[in-house]
Amino acid sequence: MPRAFDVAVVGAGPAGLAAAHAAAGAGKRVVLIDSQPAAGGQVWRKDTSHGYPTAANRAIDDALSSDNVTFLPETQVIAVDEGQLLLQDPRRGYLLACRSLVIAQGGRELLLPFPGWTLPGVVGAGGLQALAKQGWSLEGKRILIAGSGPLLLAAAHTARRHGGTVVGIHEQASAAQVHRFAAGLWRWPSKLAQAATLMSALTGIPYRKGSVVTAAHATDHATRVTIEGPRGNESVECDILAVGYGLVPDVSLARQLGCVVRSDIVHPQVDVDRSQKTSRERTFAAGEVCGIGGRDCARIEGRIAGLAAAGAPVPSSLLRQRDHARAFSRHLHTHFALSPAVRMLARPDTVVCRCEDVRYGAITAHGDARSAKLATRCGMGACQGRVCGSAMAELGHGARTDARPPLFPARLSTLGDPELHPILPAPRGIHP
Amino acid sequence: MTGAVVHLILDGRRVEVRSTISVAAALLTLGHPFRRSVSGERRAPVCGMGICFECRVNIDGAAQQRACQVTVRDGMRVDTDA
Repeated sequence: MPRAFDVAVVGAGPAGLAAAHAAAGAGKRVVLIDSQPAAGGQVWRKDTSHGYPTAANRAIDDALSSDNVTFLPETQVIAVDEGQLLLQDPRRGYLLACRSLVIAQGGRELLLPFPGWTLPGVVGAGGLQALAKQGWSLEGKRILIAGSGPLLLAAAHTARRHGGTVVGIHEQASAAQVHRFAAGLWRWPSKLAQAATLMSALTGIPYRKGSVVTAAHATDHATRVTIEGPRGNESVECDILAVGYGLVPDVSLARQLGCVVRSDIVHPQVDVDRSQKTSRERTFAAGEVCGIGGRDCARIEGRIAGLAAAGAPVPSSLLRQRDHARAFSRHLHTHFALSPAVRMLARPDTVVCRCEDVRYGAITAHGDARSAKLATRCGMGACQGRVCGSAMAELGHGARTDARPPLFPARLSTLGDPELHPILPAPRGIHP
Repeated sequence: MTGAVVHLILDGRRVEVRSTISVAAALLTLGHPFRRSVSGERRAPVCGMGICFECRVNIDGAAQQRACQVTVRDGMRVDTDA
């Protein structure tokens, strides 16, 4: 018999921690599942040199110190079905039963192809942060940060804290857009304070707007970066190039369960009601999976989802806070909207699918994402289209709509154990 | 190097790294290559959060492990195909 819990929460970032804490506080037995070795998610990732931020420490302690919460780190959700999850940790695969589910998987970085983006030394902006916090020593490295959104500033801050020299931050949004974004921040005082702190920590680093990295070339021991901006073309040498175009929701688990996702937008997000409930009974979603809204929004939605999953009443003040936090999300998306220029950087010979080395020209020869996939293997490699799928959607070549198990590559012992079969689909053979 | 250290056997060579870091961070700090793509291009970590699969290495005999998801351990054997 699988172990049974009242509420399973997938993802131990700000949303998942808040959900677990709220559901446990309402007297439910909660299991909190995360693929990383420690709680915190991405935004609160434990820094091997500097530890957790204060707010993260408190939120993690609140959630994990409860007797009602079982935390499963290094645990990947392989498949999901009505009331049960197929999990895999470094030792084994097993089924876990739950009455209610809270999906709080967060988002992932939008990485867009440009000539040279596959070179070693070219990482995501959030990727740079994650790897620095994991212990990548940036001492003596010249780092150029580019892409879009406030994440670039956070990445620059992390890089500097880890000994890197940030030679420039290149934001694709125009100076006017960034100015309007900043001018509207007074409505969210905590965001304003955060921005002010970041800007003062980044003194001396050029912050260019309307500036796009168009290509990267490997030189003997460095990377030469071509940038197009209001000053025309320039070429800059660095050791690490970090480029990220913001975040997109991770809807893989919700999709596999059959939850309705909003697909009238480029990057789908889980559709939820006022209490964070998805289209499925006893299934809730909170935070970035419902649309990129940031940490504060994730914490509030997590709390709402946790209470609702526990069958406890949700205070109306929480709902008002959520609406205010979601308004920030709209403010962010309006002012950091991607310019058409960043969608036109890939050349026909630019690799788009990094797992299968499929080039842009090979993909655009096909009408839609599905036929491109069948003909070229685009999106069929180890990452299962997590990178190229979002990139192709952004570039206007159609989004993927399928989400079949396994959600992540799994060991044969996990997939082959007959005890675990109820949750895996019967073989269907090859079909179009 | 400050703090506790561990030793890895990296492509047959014994190396010293900080004890709390990820395998990806260890290889990046050492300037060690990660993998070759299906057509032979050199690749290295991109996302740092287990999504892109570009940091795959062989860890203690298990192939295709994401180096960014695993913390180093004393005596760990890490093999790359780069």
